Amino acid sequence: MSAFRKLTAGLAGLAACAVAVPATAADDTQFDGTITLGAAISLTGKYSTNGGHTKKGYDMAVDRINSMGGVEVGDKTYKLEVKYYDDESTPARGAQLAERLIQQDDVKFVLGPYSSGMTKAIAPVTEEHGVPMVEANGASRSLFTQGYDYLFAVLSTSEQYLASAVDLRAELARKDGMKPSNMTIAGVFENDPFSQDIRAGVLADAKEYGMEMVVDDKLPPEINDMSSTLIKVKATKPDMLVVSGHSKGAALAIRQMSEMRVNVPMLAMTHCDSAQIIKKFGDKAEYTLCASQWAPSLKYADKYFGEASQFAKDFKKRYGYAPPYQSAESAAAVLVYKNAFERADSLNKKAVRDALQKTDMMTFYGPINFDDTGKNIAKPMVLYQVQDGEYKVVAPTKYANADVRYPMPKWSER
Amino acid sequence: MDNIQLLIETPPFALQLVIEGVLLGGIFALAAYGMALVWGVMNIINIVQGEWVMLGGFIAFALAQWGGVPSLFGIPVAAAALFAIGWLAYHTIIFRIVDRDLFTSILATFGLSILFQQLMNQIFGADVRTLESGLGSWYFFNSMVSISQTKVLGFVLAGVIAVVLTIFMRSSRMGQAIRATAQNARAARILGIDTDRVYAFTYGLNAAVCGAAGAIVVMAFTIHPYQGLIYTVRSFTIVVIAGLGNLPGVIASAFGLGIAEQYAGFTLGAEFQNAFVFLLLVVILVARNLKLQRRREVLR
Repeated sequence: MSAFRKLTAGLAGLAACAVAVPATAADDTQFDGTITLGAAISLTGKYSTNGGHTKKGYDMAVDRINSMGGVEVGDKTYKLEVKYYDDESTPARGAQLAERLIQQDDVKFVLGPYSSGMTKAIAPVTEEHGVPMVEANGASRSLFTQGYDYLFAVLSTSEQYLASAVDLRAELARKDGMKPSNMTIAGVFENDPFSQDIRAGVLADAKEYGMEMVVDDKLPPEINDMSSTLIKVKATKPDMLVVSGHSKGAALAIRQMSEMRVNVPMLAMTHCDSAQIIKKFGDKAEYTLCASQWAPSLKYADKYFGEASQFAKDFKKRYGYAPPYQSAESAAAVLVYKNAFERADSLNKKAVRDALQKTDMMTFYGPINFDDTGKNIAKPMVLYQVQDGEYKVVAPTKYANADVRYPMPKWSER
Repeated sequence: MDNIQLLIETPPFALQLVIEGVLLGGIFALAAYGMALVWGVMNIINIVQGEWVMLGGFIAFALAQWGGVPSLFGIPVAAAALFAIGWLAYHTIIFRIVDRDLFTSILATFGLSILFQQLMNQIFGADVRTLESGLGSWYFFNSMVSISQTKVLGFVLAGVIAVVLTIFMRSSRMGQAIRATAQNARAARILGIDTDRVYAFTYGLNAAVCGAAGAIVVMAFTIHPYQGLIYTVRSFTIVVIAGLGNLPGVIASAFGLGIAEQYAGFTLGAEFQNAFVFLLLVVILVARNLKLQRRREVLR
């Protein structure tokens, strides 16, 4: 019996420790309670890199809000907290975890996962339970045509990604005294929902200007070679080449274009920064135009992080690398929640959802204002260009901090 | 059809497609040699083939990026490392499936491939990696045709390895043992051949050649942890077309596949590049079946 008694005493001691730890670790600020946000994000599997960026963005914002006094709802102040699960980059697992967050962990507010595919898997679950989800990393247009009432996205949707590139092409044509309708575009788009949305956006914009698509290839996701498409680009001599194929597409395009000397006056693509084209290809990456949700040089500001550049500095200090836009938009999603909680003045799911719908705020990430479908219509995409080994914002002209370098010189002259 | 018009108007582009196809075929051939070998000798369809290529790429990448050695040095190192990994894989897992049915071996090697994908993802992250070989390109016809020296290196390597493998199989003691084991493992054992050693060596050799291919791939294209499937599928197609134990056949069908892929990508659009490869596989299998049926009729 004594052994049993020792064991129970030990367990009781352990339990006491477990209770004591959070109590001593508590902050100076006295909180009346905690609001738990739930998030299933990719910490392992093929989206783990960007899943990590997402988590860091959430953590940055949560810590900043808590250190600035937390969230005030009614006459109480609440501490923010995120409950994370690893969705292993598989949509089915993501949906399962969303179910678990809501049903078992009693989470009333959900933060989005990384990627459109994962968001697509989770959205039906949150919708069914009437739980709001503010997401920052699902850009696919198709997310906002389903009539979801509880889904809100702070980022620009994918069909807008390369729209500013087409606009810039038209603008430069006019400057050279040519008609935009005489311009031709070659496009390489990965055959996945995200890139096909981008393709739809480019095609629509090109049609508006009367530009012709001379190459329109859908690159299978498993292909590791762009040469046959690039030979076509060489042969048709378009006025602009657009590439959308995640990091792999960006890296392959620069490598094979320089190797095969594919000359185009303008090259626009997505995922330049996640492909680290400057670090990997150096001079060969020069002149490339890159679509981005956000850039640290933009003049947006809020009271939590200050200007965009300040967020970038703080992020770098904490994590040791410059923040990719995935982190910035994730942090913005948390700011949106705080803002909505305080305006709703309630922690009722429906009340918070209604407050989210009426969001109209400025953040370091950009203005946020949701339309009826839940997507942010206030923030434009930016286009930056690789200039002397740095990303400089060149479009839209309103936010530009450098002039676009155009045309791209021939490879033989570089 | 506009695309075909383009080729007729400017023949250098047609030439470029053939060159790209042949060079790509060289890399496919490297990945396929071992698959033919392992299939022929051990009767295993090695689904983890593409992962050996991917691992080779990551080893070359890590060596150049963190070890600071010249990129090209990664080719022999990746090959040596992969030989060791292949040998280990044989002694831990593969030896258990040698005498089992094909389904077991497919399942086991498929499991291995998932294991290595996740392992590389944990170590290197899911990012796309690439390495500068330091080699340039040759240009002809006013830059209309370009030949990447890195890919040429892969092509030459494919040729050299083919010759070395042929000589090795014909005249070395181990090569003869491998051939004997492939013909009849039981008889080989009775005659004193340590078939276990032969299998381990064969499997290691396969991984080593794939590793060298991977080191080329990281310099000519890109690599990431989930990329193995491309090379597994291509190797499988090539070996099915060529038949087992037919090295010249493997080389010929690798080149053929490379060129066919390039032309399909150019004329039909990149989205049909893969579909075309599979279509080709089906057509060849059907054609071969018809041929066999005809032969059977004669026998009857």
